[in-house]
Amino acid sequence: MTFIADYIGRSARDNVLSAIAKAKDNEQYHALLSLTQERALERAGAVDRGDITGKLAGVPFVVKDNFLAFGAPTTAASKMLEHFNAPLQSTAVEKLEAEGAICIGKANLDAFAHGGSTENSAYGPTKNAFDQTRVAGGSSGGPAVATALDIVPFALGSDTGGSIRLPASFNGVVGVKPTYGTVSRYGVVAMASSTDTIGVFTTNVADAELVMDIMSGNDPKDMTTLADFFIPKQTIEPKRKIGLIKEFMTDDVDPEVRQRTLEYVQRLRNDGHTVEDVSLPIVAHTLAMYYIIVPAEVSSNLARYDGIRYGHRAQGAKTLAELYGRTRDEGFETENKRRIMIGSYVLSSGYFDAYYLQAQKARTLLIAEFNALFEQYDILLGPVSPTPAFKLGENTSDPIKMYLADIMTVPASLAGLPAISVPAGVNGSGLPIGVQLIGQRRSDADLLALARSVEEK
Amino acid sequence: MITDEILDKYDMTIGIECHVQLSTTTKLFSGADNDARDKSPNSVVSPIDFGLPGMLPVLNHDAVKLAIKAGLALGSEIAHISRFDRKHYFYPDLPKGYQTTQMYQPIIGAGLVNVPREDDSSFDVRIHHAHMEEDAGKLTHYGDYSLVDLNRAGTPLIEIVSEPDIHSAADAKAFATELYRLMTYAGVTNGDLYHGNMRFDVNVSVALKGASELGIRAEVKNLNSFRSVERAADFELRRQIERLEKGERIVQETRGWDEAKQKTNSQRSKEDAQDYRYMPDADIPPIVLNDDEIREIQATVPVLPSFYRQKWQPLKLDSTVVNALLASQDIAKGIQYIFEKGGENAARRNAQWFVSSVGPDDSGLAVAAIQFLPERFVELAQMVDANELSSTAAKTIFSELLTGAKSPRQVAEEKNLLQVSDDDAILQIVDEVLADAGSAKAVEDLKNGNDKVIGFLVGQVMKKSFGKANPELAKKLIRERIVQN
Repeated sequence: MTFIADYIGRSARDNVLSAIAKAKDNEQYHALLSLTQERALERAGAVDRGDITGKLAGVPFVVKDNFLAFGAPTTAASKMLEHFNAPLQSTAVEKLEAEGAICIGKANLDAFAHGGSTENSAYGPTKNAFDQTRVAGGSSGGPAVATALDIVPFALGSDTGGSIRLPASFNGVVGVKPTYGTVSRYGVVAMASSTDTIGVFTTNVADAELVMDIMSGNDPKDMTTLADFFIPKQTIEPKRKIGLIKEFMTDDVDPEVRQRTLEYVQRLRNDGHTVEDVSLPIVAHTLAMYYIIVPAEVSSNLARYDGIRYGHRAQGAKTLAELYGRTRDEGFETENKRRIMIGSYVLSSGYFDAYYLQAQKARTLLIAEFNALFEQYDILLGPVSPTPAFKLGENTSDPIKMYLADIMTVPASLAGLPAISVPAGVNGSGLPIGVQLIGQRRSDADLLALARSVEEK
Repeated sequence: MITDEILDKYDMTIGIECHVQLSTTTKLFSGADNDARDKSPNSVVSPIDFGLPGMLPVLNHDAVKLAIKAGLALGSEIAHISRFDRKHYFYPDLPKGYQTTQMYQPIIGAGLVNVPREDDSSFDVRIHHAHMEEDAGKLTHYGDYSLVDLNRAGTPLIEIVSEPDIHSAADAKAFATELYRLMTYAGVTNGDLYHGNMRFDVNVSVALKGASELGIRAEVKNLNSFRSVERAADFELRRQIERLEKGERIVQETRGWDEAKQKTNSQRSKEDAQDYRYMPDADIPPIVLNDDEIREIQATVPVLPSFYRQKWQPLKLDSTVVNALLASQDIAKGIQYIFEKGGENAARRNAQWFVSSVGPDDSGLAVAAIQFLPERFVELAQMVDANELSSTAAKTIFSELLTGAKSPRQVAEEKNLLQVSDDDAILQIVDEVLADAGSAKAVEDLKNGNDKVIGFLVGQVMKKSFGKANPELAKKLIRERIVQN
């Protein structure tokens, strides 16, 4: 495994060329959709000449292909945007480039980030870094696997309901989903505006802290960003009071997942932290809330893909309605269409109150339950997923079963809370298992400092 | 044919929705130029207006300020918390597939507008609410294709929604006109109707007098003149009554106005109405205002038409004159200026001259002249009061004052328009007229008590004096002469 520090002070050109070579050696995993070699080498030249400097000078990275970035099309892993070349870059990419980082490619995802396995990509699934017969997790499967395969030391992802944490846990890397509003969403293809967050995959916690420190902060182009609050902490003192969410530790959860989680708890206790069982009963309803609110926002955010101004356009349509219908039928994947239909349904007149409004009220109760726990506990803890990575194709015919993989990640998303996934060992078959730390809004630096203290032991 | 007798059986009810384009420098959610006039298609469009993937709205706070001003002009409560929502439909001029609007918590609450009629009476129209939203682009249809221009996409609008408090086509026009005055006086819009700065949707229903429920309404959309508001309302009144008289039902529908044929056409019925799937827009935080912020904006709202109506009551002007003056805020300001400098008489006389001799093309000139040199207009009025000028002569001089650099007295002297009010000079002319053979019969009649003929004699004096004699003085002197004899 390599870390960001390993790339600093070396030839940027060598960094880029070796990353691209590793990417090509690992093509069978299908982590990347495109390489941005030409632009990456140009930037590497500028770094090597000293024209570009910064904290990440010459460090290669990849972005999930729903970030607008130069050098290759931004496809969102859909046929809709197959040939879409972005005229501008996302704020997150701009901030990293300003520190000298070099994007070498665009990573695979579930089309428009809809999914938990990266099997919904229009260009084929990404394979798990530890077992090519298994899923990468999703929707940010590509960036997670690119990091786990050591192609790059860090990768950008987006997390709407677990899209960073789930693939991080399935591939044994660190995944950060920050407090809603920590990193600008400008220039990232929108999925669900009220829960979309921008985060990072790294091989250790310290690198995650470094990248988050660079990306976080208010952006005048995104009204929902918060003033910069993210300041990495040296140590986690005094010792914290931590709650283990018992609804995440039921018999339905894989025994080895529970076992690794309890071992992580023991490491925390050994370090002097207090860990107690806590209850978050409303968790039983969070998937229902999530799969109403998020499809509603998806149906709205995907309305712009109509074949009029950019992206795929159906050929030979005779009427406007046919143009819309066929463009969207051809350009979207099955899961995109499923979510658009669910979202349109729950927003339609006569159902809005019963579904959408009801789900929003339940979301308020969820936030209240979290707040009540945070009056007594600093941090909450649990597994990331009920199981390690499942087999490719295992859940594709059963969307509900697929959605169940999100059950532990959606609560923090709906409440806008920071949550990170950190490696907690492997199961008997060598598949990684992740533990999730959830904090109060703006406690991102605390979560990472705690995880780093465990990682260093 | 609808007779007056049939019309009289029905009551008409009208509610009006009015879109007002706000005159901000940039668009509602982007930094693109908000003035699309004379710009080539798709030249003032930012990636945000274009609906590019990953773009997010950035609320223009100047638009919020103008909306608040507009709300205060409507006598409305301003909401301390308001939010944006998304209204979904597919159309090529709508780049995001939704219009960002305010469905659930609009910024402008209930208000009240008092609307003057032409006959000195007035009526109240309640404002239900007004909300902020973005305009869509424009489609132009050619044979087998259409072109999209997004220059207008993202222009900030407020939509003012009235209660159904209007009951005649003339009142609908009066309300639309008053809204125009309020919005232009408040300075929230350029008010260019030709370019669609204000557009009206008129909801019309009719019901038998005394009916407990309103009839089914039809909405005539996108009217862009006060006259078309009146005509469309009147057309709908007659169309709907004609249907009801035939025993047919009114269909709830959207109709368009055909300016050439002066009639409304069905566009789509309620059955085809779209489900807009409104939802809150999570990309835009709520607008939160406290009382101090609202008060601060209140202080910047210029005086409104009602201010002038109130101030000008002592002038006892016809309401048609008042409305004509109020058509432009600058004209109203000018007259008020004269009022303050020169008093009631000066204001009244100049108001009349203004209405009778200033065309729309000259009004800017007139206002400038009044504002720079109000004392000249005051002096002009004073010269009439002092019998130095006839009202005809004064009107001539008034027009000169708009462009010339001279004082009214200089103009009067140069044009030889000063009235002769010198007794001796006029007496001389009076004597000449009375001695004239042509006057003999009139003099005789006057002596015999036929007072009407004095007009003839005064006319002769005026003629002989080339219009400069003061007619009142001439009349007085003629009487004195006849009595003396």
